[in-house]
Amino acid sequence: MTLVDLIFYLVAVITVASAAYAVFTRNIVRAVFSLLGTFLGVAALYGFLSADFIAVIQILVYVGGILVLMLFAVMLTSNIETTSSSNRSGGWFLGLLAGTSILIILGTLALKTPWKQTEPSAYSPTTASLGHELLGGALLPFELLSIVLLGVVIGGVVIARFGRKESDT
Amino acid sequence: MSTIGLQHYLFISALLFSLGIVCVLTRRHAVAILIGIELILNSASLNMIAFSRFGQGNIQGSVFVLFIIVLAAAEAVVALAMILALQKRMKTIEVDKTNSLKG
Repeated sequence: MTLVDLIFYLVAVITVASAAYAVFTRNIVRAVFSLLGTFLGVAALYGFLSADFIAVIQILVYVGGILVLMLFAVMLTSNIETTSSSNRSGGWFLGLLAGTSILIILGTLALKTPWKQTEPSAYSPTTASLGHELLGGALLPFELLSIVLLGVVIGGVVIARFGRKESDT
Repeated sequence: MSTIGLQHYLFISALLFSLGIVCVLTRRHAVAILIGIELILNSASLNMIAFSRFGQGNIQGSVFVLFIIVLAAAEAVVALAMILALQKRMKTIEVDKTNSLKG
């Protein structure tokens, strides 16, 4: 076992443990903060997989954007005084049953299948080829994505504003 | 030589996916359900990158994950706007208490 393997296992444990804490904790603020470890761990795994640009994007969008957005939503909606029981749960039996059975199926699938692997190439920057692909073969979905983002911006504003208007009247 | 193979990444991804499923199915807080969906999307992205690294090694996996991340951000924005509107109208965001269709 080399040092790289040791770091990999450390990152994997941090990722899965903080995800588990985010799922099972009763405090929604702690769950959102614990998700930080998961997102950073997944970014580190992208780094291990030689996807440097995706790792940076993961940190920028998830940690810098989605996590802050979730914290804003929690702070704006929950009663902070009762935050210790803000993350109530129900249906534990069926939920855990579904989760463990999916884990067993996917886990045996991942570990037992004889995947046809090729020896991975050396680490190399991917940004240039990613840019060529985005403006080449994937140009149409790339442009459609900008329309989707425009719709999301307008839709977010409209939904949030309608909610306020109804309560004012 | 590192002994980390494709199976390790797939197993981490399976763990994240099932944790996300448990979160979506058992939580009542709307933001917690969103957390579960983000976990599921992250596990799918991890699978894409792992297959692209240990498979043919082409860039398509990264392109796909870029699209997944952008759509996840868009979905988070709309979902949180809906959560805010829900809080304004219903005074609660626990999804099993928001059970009226109008009013």
